[in-house]
Order: sequence, then structure tokens, then C-alpha cells
Amino acid sequence: MKTPLPSLSVRNAVPGRIEPPLGPGMPSTSGADFLTTKLDVAVQWAQSNSLWPMPFGTACCAIEFMSVVSSHYDLARFGAEVVRFSPRQADLLIVAGTVVDKLAPVLKKVYDQMAEPKWVISMGVCASTGGFYRAYHVVQGIDEIVPVDVYVAGCPPTPENLIHGIMELQKMIQSGDLARHRASRTFVPIRVGTDPDLSIPAYSDGVMAHTAGKKELPSIGETAESELGASARTAAGDGNR
Amino acid sequence: MSTTLRGLDRSTVSFGPLLEQKLKGRVTVEERPGFDIPTLVTDAGTLKEAALFLRDDPAAAYDLFLDLASVDRSKLPGHVEGGPGGRFQANYILYSTKRNEHLRLRVNLPEKDPAAPSLTGVWPAANWFEREAWDLMGIRFDGHPNLQRLLTHNGFVGHALRKDYDKGQRWLCTEEDLLQTELAAKTDDPADMFETMTLNFGPSHPTTHGTLRIVMRVDGERIVAAESECGYLHRCFEKMSETHTWVQVIPYTDRLNYCSPMINGNGYALAVEKMLGIDVPQRAKAARTVLNEFSRIMDHLVCIGANLVDLGALTNFWYAFQPREEIYGLLEACCGARLTSSYARIGGLAKDLPENFVEWSRSLLPTIRDRVADVDGLITKNKIAWKRLRGTGVVTKEQALAWGFTGPCLRASGVAYDVRKDNPYEMYGDVDFDVPIATEGDNFARYIVRIEEIRQSMRIIEQILAKFPKGPINSDDYRVILPPKEMVYNEMEGLIYHFKLVFEGVKVPAGEIYSYTEGANGELGFSLVSDGSGFPYRVKVRPPCFPLFAAYEKIIKGGMVSDAVATLGLLNIIAGELDR
Repeated sequence: MKTPLPSLSVRNAVPGRIEPPLGPGMPSTSGADFLTTKLDVAVQWAQSNSLWPMPFGTACCAIEFMSVVSSHYDLARFGAEVVRFSPRQADLLIVAGTVVDKLAPVLKKVYDQMAEPKWVISMGVCASTGGFYRAYHVVQGIDEIVPVDVYVAGCPPTPENLIHGIMELQKMIQSGDLARHRASRTFVPIRVGTDPDLSIPAYSDGVMAHTAGKKELPSIGETAESELGASARTAAGDGNR
Repeated sequence: MSTTLRGLDRSTVSFGPLLEQKLKGRVTVEERPGFDIPTLVTDAGTLKEAALFLRDDPAAAYDLFLDLASVDRSKLPGHVEGGPGGRFQANYILYSTKRNEHLRLRVNLPEKDPAAPSLTGVWPAANWFEREAWDLMGIRFDGHPNLQRLLTHNGFVGHALRKDYDKGQRWLCTEEDLLQTELAAKTDDPADMFETMTLNFGPSHPTTHGTLRIVMRVDGERIVAAESECGYLHRCFEKMSETHTWVQVIPYTDRLNYCSPMINGNGYALAVEKMLGIDVPQRAKAARTVLNEFSRIMDHLVCIGANLVDLGALTNFWYAFQPREEIYGLLEACCGARLTSSYARIGGLAKDLPENFVEWSRSLLPTIRDRVADVDGLITKNKIAWKRLRGTGVVTKEQALAWGFTGPCLRASGVAYDVRKDNPYEMYGDVDFDVPIATEGDNFARYIVRIEEIRQSMRIIEQILAKFPKGPINSDDYRVILPPKEMVYNEMEGLIYHFKLVFEGVKVPAGEIYSYTEGANGELGFSLVSDGSGFPYRVKVRPPCFPLFAAYEKIIKGGMVSDAVATLGLLNIIAGELDR
């Protein structure tokens, strides 16, 4: 990784002694009170090391997430222990567990409520692809609903695997590539623990891309609306509501 | 199915003559094989009368409504369209705490407009079970107070567990399809001088520990009315089971109650073993019992630890989770996975235990004991804990029975029903342990029962470890267990068994069973139907959480919002099991 850390330029350094500035806007007479860097780099550095996760825990993966934040694995080591259950206070959405159709609008709403910049980790195969629930009520990957930055494989992922995912995300945030890709919509999510060739394109423009009777995930370029029109609510079963 | 209907068999149900006298000829006893529970068959017209008899007559006294397992028989061999018996079956599973007996009350329903009278008036616990049967199977229950979809969303079309429903057919769910302000409208009383407001709670809320939703009408901090809703984790376990072989269902069972997956796998394997008529070796039984109890400890620790976080006592969470991590180490050594173990197999276990299993297990007990003592010391005599837990979320004995409670929550209300004690399975009959009960029925009772159960589980583990059997881990019945490699390579028979098992899977003879074990939250029942092929025809789980959460809205009514949080945590609702 070639990301430059904020470079430190010290003026009149006195070893072991740091003095505060005399007043607002006035330089300190001695000590390491400023440094020169690019604003972006400093901001990205801060963001990557103080992720505030919002666990959207639904199922088994949430139990493993609890393990990750509890004493043994201690997510605080990565600056990401300030778990916030309000989406407005969080910048990292960790979707841990199966998301079913009934929960899909809720997930979308939670994501929309988060302020930019925000990142999404899809924890576990259910959140990533629907897992082994190829079924009538399960979202086949949350990337049908929200964009995903890091997929973490496993059912459920081990705590080490999730920590790996968080570290990968930190690298992406620090490099700034993520923000640039986001802006130009050329974003390709990374997958932790799986073959990168098998990646499924993730952006679905924030629209719920799944429609009635749809069997596969949308490919890139296909808009969700055209699909919606094509096969809106075909009559299946006996039509009883 | 090869069962035949006969006249009343006095040996099957003790109250047979009385039943014959009361409901002459309208209720028959179905002959069942020894592994299943006694079964009565009636018709929709007599159902309510029969139910009242079974509940009220002291000779029957079925006070606990456990489950409603519906079956679509249209693809069963021998089923004739429009023939006698009808397409659908509603099987009510009942239990008598006084006589320690299970019973299945079966009603056959026609293909066209299957309808039965609602039994919510007889057993209030039937409420959600009937809604579920309506939602997934399309059986209508006349007289039901609120026959709406429960597990799927309102945009769903059709009934998913019918055999003609495609397992992958999804329906778009929009925000409008979720329960919104019906409750607000319902409870809006114009005469109410004080303003009440609607409070939405979940499905993404930290104290629900999953995906539960409650809509409350609150007057200040006091809950005037509440409506709970589930289905936010309905991931189609039962439909998925029908499309997998008998053994492939085991990973799915792990994800029912994901806090104690071993127990689920064991319950399922046990049910299938009973149908196959095979017995597992002592060593497997001992291993299963030990791992069950470790799972129960983990489950209770999660329940207590996570609930105390909600009450503001975060320290206990760290204490409760440390022994869990250490138990995970043992499970990982056994099966390679921490949480979702897939360790149980029909006829034994996936592989043999690690060499140092006994010593390792024994070495875990002091940590558990110490950490539980820490939590106990911090909470049990803590003034704040008493104020938060004592006298809140009270469920009386009568209510607990009527609402279909089982497990720690029932025992906290004073009913000493524990499957491990009353109908021992695996090695529970050989060990000495107590069933802790409390009589208050409040949150503190539920907490203290769980703490004591952890200690009793450790007692069970210690006793079994002291005389841990040696020998094979798996049954030598090669209809269900792969024969050893030497046999496959050297003997024709071994090769045939291997081939059949790999290509066709375990073949369970046609039949039906209700098998039950003690899950961490209560009676975990499996109603299985086999058509003789390599796939389960119908798998219905009796999730212990389901009646608990169904009663939640009634428990919290009249209390404070903060007490509702404590109550929810100590009922220990696990969404995976609740919604399946």
C-alpha cells in the first residue's frame, strides 16, 4: 500500500514538550502543533480509523458480530467499536445475516438515513448472495437494494474474517479510490475470502431491483425499472391474498 | 400413508371410552406406529367440541397447545384428487402437563376452500399458529380474530407451502406492505383526554436482538396497546427442507436457533432416527448430550448477557461472552465451525470427537462456573436489577399454559415441564439433575431460572464425562451411515451401500412423526412427513419462541416501555427460530 501517512513537520521542536497555542488562530511558540498534508488524506485517514458501525444484525451472523465486538476479538483495536444503532450516527453499515423480502424496505430505509460518507459491509453469504436460501422470501444478496463495498464470505464468517473485511475497507477508504469510484460509478466491490473472478456487479442504483418471478441477479446496465415493467406480479399460486 | 382408521382403541388413549360416549363416532383413533404420538381424527364440524372435551375433561386435560402442523397431501403417493380424506390436513399437537402425554388431533380438509373453526377460544396459543397456517398453507380458520398474513408480507400472493407453489417465486415488498398504522387507528379513543401516541419498535432496533417488530400505543411511558409482528427473518426453512435430502436438512436446522445450533440438529436427527427405527451408539448419545448442554449454556449466556446490556449493565456482557468463546473452541475442534456446526447426523455424528474431548470439556467448566458466579454476584442481589426485573412482565401459571409457553419461561411461571425430565431422550434418563422452577413468573424469575439451569447443565456434563463411553460414534446401519472405506473397496455390499447413500441419500420409510426435545427456549418439536422418497415430504418445526412472542403484546400491555425491553430480552426471542 503506498498511501502516504500525513507527514509531520515540526517547528522549533523541544523533545518531550508540547505547548498549546496561545489563542485561537495564533501559532504555538514551541512543540508539534501542526502538520502539513493534503486535506483529503487527513480526512480519509481519520475516517478509516474511526468507523462507527451500525450493525444491521438479523440472524446468525449477528451473533458472530457480537463476538467480534466483545472482549475476545475486541473491534476497538481497529477504531470501530463505537457501535451505533441509529443510522444517522453511523458511517459503516454492517449487514449481518439474511435479509428477506419483508425486511428489504427496512434495510433500504436504514441505508438512506445514513449520512454521507457511508460504507456497507455485507457480512456472510446470506447477505451477499442469499446463501443457501434460494427461496420465495429471501433477498438474493443485499446488492439488490443497497451498494456494497466489501463482501465477507462465510456462514457465518469467523471473527477474523470480518476483521479482515474491515481492514480491507479501511485500506479502500484511506486510498481514496472508493470516493473516486463512487463519483464516477465505476465501483467494483471487493470480496473477502472468495474468488474475485466470481464477483457480481453491485450497483443497482438504490432501486429495489428484484421483481416478482425474477430468478437471477441483474447484470450491469440493465435497469431495474425495465424489469419491473416486464414481469410485474404475474399470477402464481392460486392468487389468494 | 399406510395407516388405517379403526374404531376406538382403548390402549392408545386412556380416555377412549369417555370420548366415545361424548362424541359418538365422530372422533376416531388412528392407529400409529410406536414411535409416534397418539392421534385422534375428527372433522371440521366436530373439531371445536372435541377440543373443548380434550381441554376440559379431567381424564384428558390437554392444557398446552403446542403446535399446528398443516400438510398438503396432494403429492403423496396414493392420494386421489377429490378423494376421501381431502387435500389438506391440520394437525393440532397438544400436551397434558398433568398426565405427561402428547396428542395429535387431526382434521382433514377438502381441496376447495379448506376451512376449520378457529381454536383461539379454546387455547389462546392457537392464534398465531392459525395465522401461520393460513399464510403458508391457505387454510382458513373461521372465527379467528385477526386472520392475516404473519410470516410473509402483504404483497405476497399465494400460499408458499402448498405443493404447487414454486419455491423460488418471490414477490416485491414495498413499504406499504408492512404493518403501519392500523394499531394507531384501532386504539384511537376520542374520549381519551390525554394524548396517546404510536411508537414503532423495530424491526431494526438494538434491543430486539434480531428482527422483531412491535407497534405500541403509548400514553407517556405506559403502553396502552401493542401489536407484535414477525416474519422479518422468514427464510423458508420448511420449503427449503422439502427440496433437500434428509441429511441436507441438517445445516438448515442449525440456523433455527442459532444460539444453540447443536440442540436443533440433535432434535431433527432424533426424529428421523425414530422413523427409521435405528439406535445410535452410547458414545454418540453421550457426545450429543454433552454438546446439547454446552449449547444450552451458551444460549442462556447470550440471553442473560445481551439482555443485561439493554438494562445498562454492560460488564455482564463481557463476562458472559468469554466462556462462550471457550466453548466455541471445543465445538470448532469437534466439527470445524464455531456457530453453525452441522455436527449431528442421522445415525450419529458427522465425525468422531477430538481425542481430548473429555479433558477439554472438563476444563471449560471452571471458567463457566466463575463467570456465571460473577454475573450472579453482580446482578442477583443488585438493587437496580431488582427494580428493573422484579414484578415486571408477570405471566401467571394459567396464562403461561394458555399461551403455549414451554421451557424456562414456563418453568419461571411455576410449571415443572422439562422434556429432558419427563420424556428423557439421549442420555438424560441416566443422569441426575434438577429442574429449576420459580413461581413469580416475572422477569427476575426467568433470569434466575436460566442461571440455575446453567448450573444444572454443568452437573449433567460432569456426570456424563465421568463415565464417557468408548466405542464407535456412528450406527453401523449402512442405510444411513456411509460404510467404512475398507468395506467399500473390498466388499460388493459395502460398495452398494456407499453408492446408494451418495446418490439417493437416506430413504426414510413413508410415515409421520412428532418428535420433541428440550431446546434452550422450550419444547422443540419436529413434525415430519415422509413419502418414502429421499426427500422429506413435509418438515414442520414447533419453534419454542413462537408462542412466547405471540404472547408478548399481552404481557407488556399496561407496563412501561423500559419494562417491555427487559421482558423481550428475558423471553429470549430468537428470530431464526421464530420465523424459520
